[in-house]
Formats: sequence, C-alpha cells, structure tokens
Amino acid sequence: MMTLRAGRVFAVVLRQWYLVRGSFSRIVPLFAWVAVDVVLWGFITRWLDSVAAPGGSFVPTLLGAVLLWDFLARVMQGVTMAFFEDVWSRNFLNVFATPISIAEYVSGLVLASVATSTLGLAVMLSIATGVFGLSLLGYGLLLVPFLLVLFLFGIALGITGSALVLRLGPAAEWFVWPIPAVLSPFAGVFYPLATLPPWMRAVGRALPPSHVFEAMRAIVAGRAFSGAALAWGGGLAVLYILLASWVFVRVHRHAVRTGLIARYSAESVS
Amino acid sequence: MSAAPRTATAGPAAHVLSVSGLEKRFGATVAVDGVSFEVGRNEIVGLLGPNGAGKTTTINMLLGVLQPSAGTIRIEGVDLAAERSRALARTNFAAVYAPLPGNLTVSQNLRVFGLLYGVRRLSDRIEALLAQLDLRRFRDTRCGVLSSGEQTRVALAKALLNEPQLLLLDEPTASLDPATARDVRAKIRACAAAGTGGVLWTSHNMYEVEEVCDRVLFLSRGRILLEGDPRTLPGEHGKATLEELFITVAREPLALEGA
Repeated sequence: MMTLRAGRVFAVVLRQWYLVRGSFSRIVPLFAWVAVDVVLWGFITRWLDSVAAPGGSFVPTLLGAVLLWDFLARVMQGVTMAFFEDVWSRNFLNVFATPISIAEYVSGLVLASVATSTLGLAVMLSIATGVFGLSLLGYGLLLVPFLLVLFLFGIALGITGSALVLRLGPAAEWFVWPIPAVLSPFAGVFYPLATLPPWMRAVGRALPPSHVFEAMRAIVAGRAFSGAALAWGGGLAVLYILLASWVFVRVHRHAVRTGLIARYSAESVS
Repeated sequence: MSAAPRTATAGPAAHVLSVSGLEKRFGATVAVDGVSFEVGRNEIVGLLGPNGAGKTTTINMLLGVLQPSAGTIRIEGVDLAAERSRALARTNFAAVYAPLPGNLTVSQNLRVFGLLYGVRRLSDRIEALLAQLDLRRFRDTRCGVLSSGEQTRVALAKALLNEPQLLLLDEPTASLDPATARDVRAKIRACAAAGTGGVLWTSHNMYEVEEVCDRVLFLSRGRILLEGDPRTLPGEHGKATLEELFITVAREPLALEGA
C-alpha cells in the first residue's frame, strides 16, 4: 500500500514558494499573459456586441470561454513550471536520490499549481468582471464542475508535459508550451463542436474541456444542456490524470534504468 | 509493496552497506561487473579507480537513481530495490557534479532537503549544521554565488542533514584548495567518528585517501581489483606509494589481476 508523506509533498511546494516569492520574473507570468488575453478579448467582445444584433451578448460566451481556457492553460503551466525548476537547476540527482516517491513528487507539483493557477484565475476574474462586466455567477453552481473538469485536465496535461521533458531532455520544453493552443481548435472553445468536420469532432468529444464549453454555451443561450455529458467530461479528465501519471512513472522507470536521471543534461544516454 | 521481502529491522545490521554481485550493463558495455563489498560502522571506505572504472555508476546505483542490471544493495539491511524510500532515508550524498540549486539560499535548500529526508526537529538540525560547517554567515545567501569551497560545505551540510547511516561522497574535495580540502576532510572524519554510520568515499587524491580511509577498493573496468589498507596495500604489491599503485591499476590492470 502506497502512502504519501505530507512532509515530502510539502517540500516540493515549499521549494516553489521560495522561488516564486522572491522572483519578479516568476510572479509576473502567473497573471500577466492571462490578463492581456482577457483585456484583448474583452475589447473584441465589446466591439462585437456593438455591431451585432441587439439582445445578444458575446461577453459570457467569448470572454467567459477565454477566461476558462486560460485557467486550464495556467493549471498545466503551474505543474510544468514547478517541474522545470528542477530541470533548470539540474536538481534531479539531488531530488530523486532522496526518499521521495514519484507519487509524492507529482503531488507536490500539483499542489504548487493549485496555488499559482488560483492567483491567475483571481486576476482574470477581477479584470473580466470589473472592466468588462463578465459575471460567471450566471453559470450558477455549474461553475464549480466547469472549473473542476478544466483543472483536472490541466493537471493531466501538466504531468504529461513533464513526462515528455523528462524523457526527451530540457530542449523538449518547447513542445510543452503550445499544447493548449494545439488542443483549443478541437475543444470547441469558441464555437460548437458541430462546426467541426467529423474527425475533429470525434477528437473534440474525447477532450474533457469540449463538454464544459458545450454546456457553457447552452446555459448562455438558455438551452438545456446534458449533465451526463459534463459528468462524462469529468470522468475523462480523471482517466487522463491516471494515464498521465502512468506515463510519468513509466518514463521515470526508463530514466532510472538507462541512467538518464543521473546524466540528464546529456539528453542522449538511451 | 506488500510482496517485498521483509528485512532485518530488529537491531542494527552488521554493515551499513552490503553490495552483492552488483552489475550494470549499457547495451553491450559492462560498466560495473559483479561487484561485491561492504562498508562497516564508523568505517571510511575509499572507492578508487581511473576515470571510467565504474565508481560513479556504482554510486548512482547506491543512490537509487540507476537501476542495477543484477545484484543486490542493502543499506542497514534494507533492500534498496524492494524498499527504496526506507533505504534512502538512511542514506545521503555529496558530489561535486550535484550542487544544490543555486537560486535558493543555504537555509532554504537545507529546509527543503530536510523535509524530503524527513528530518525531525529540522530547525535545530539546520542551526547545528550551519554552526558545525561554519556556514552561519551564508544562511541567507543564494548557493549560486558561493565559492566552490563554500558550496562544498553546503553540499556536505545537506548530506549530513538526516545523520545518514551511509554517507556517499563522490570526490567531495575536488576543486578545493588544499587548506579548504583539509578542513572539509577533518569535518567528515569527525562526523564519521561521532555517529554509527559508514562512509563510501571516491577520490583521485591519493594523499587524501591515505589520510582519511580505513580501507580502499580499487576498481578497474567495473571490477574490484584490489582491496586493503591504503597504508599497507602499496607495499604488498611492490609499490612505494598509493599513487604508484593507482597508476599501475589505471595502466596495467592485468598485472594485478588475481593479486
């Protein structure tokens, strides 16, 4: 039976806290780019509202979608950034020679992401609500499962991205940053899945965020939405976390077998 | 984990480290070839050999960051392969190629690693080590701006945090000036003498090895070629000094095979 030691999980979070609290260059990206995104899309929706037929509002559909999608991206980056700190400081040998288990290490990365993504969400909500009048309260209590599904899927992406960099080396971090952008056309962030050709729609349905955005658009349009589909999205997100964790464990085992952990910067021991 | 064999826990094991038939292959290359040895309590064992002999590969396997192709490693009787966390909680290391993150201060690094090793009364332990290794004035200094000697002392403080039963030191005095190196050696010897643990030490400085180690193992092409007291071993093989013996091991290992 695997048990998690809270002290070891806390150590990973504490390391991240030490790094973030004293570093302007780490604090600003937590909210700067998502804030820019919200401002940009805030003005776009304002302009669209002014030229569209009266009665409609692009604020809850487009700006709400941007905000939720950026939240997912921040969650993913929260995990990968905490992992990259060990990559950048060449700290793998020190960390993985301690008694910490992979489950404890990954749990620490996830908790670090909870803190950083919450800050990003708070800043986005402040701007979207205060400046552009977005009210996520319009989604009611469904906002909780919306955020939960996106959070879980963001964690899964973060763990997968970290595994990718552990396997391929530090230079592979450039594969990780664009992951949300690559997935967004399939997830139907700004348009219904029905807009997509069949093969893209099939991919989209396999992505948990698509169920969130379909439900969100239904609520804004005053239509009924499928709670079962949203629950399915949540189930998929949990499944992806399990899959991502399995991949990370496999990659770590490979790294221990081949000596990649000990000579990580070489990138080519296997 | 429940299927893991239970190991001796009732009392302290006779050896802090028991290695048996340890082997590591990278494809067709054999880096470590059936190595067996022990480290006893309060014993400092030198692991010597030319570059590429398999010293660091052996240490990486002892640290659990490299999986052996064959063989067993027991740290205080705990099988590393079966109970990794338990075994590593009794171990620590310092190596010249594994500096602590330079973007954290000395005390931050010690706190983070103290938590990872599950050190009790961590604040007291950190204070004691800062005093012991003369690091108090660097408490709030980022490790990256410290000199080599200071960084070595910080790495040593990390290595001693959990009062390890097995301390692995991979060239701990490399890149240090002679005065600092002597100071570091004295501190390590004092720590080894004070506790109940043992030390496995690699170095290319034969003067240092003679001064510090109770016993040495000469590794060549992944195998233990010679073993003995560093002060008497050269004479037993017709050499005047340990350095001469080292050079023979490096250049003519076949001349010593079966010695």
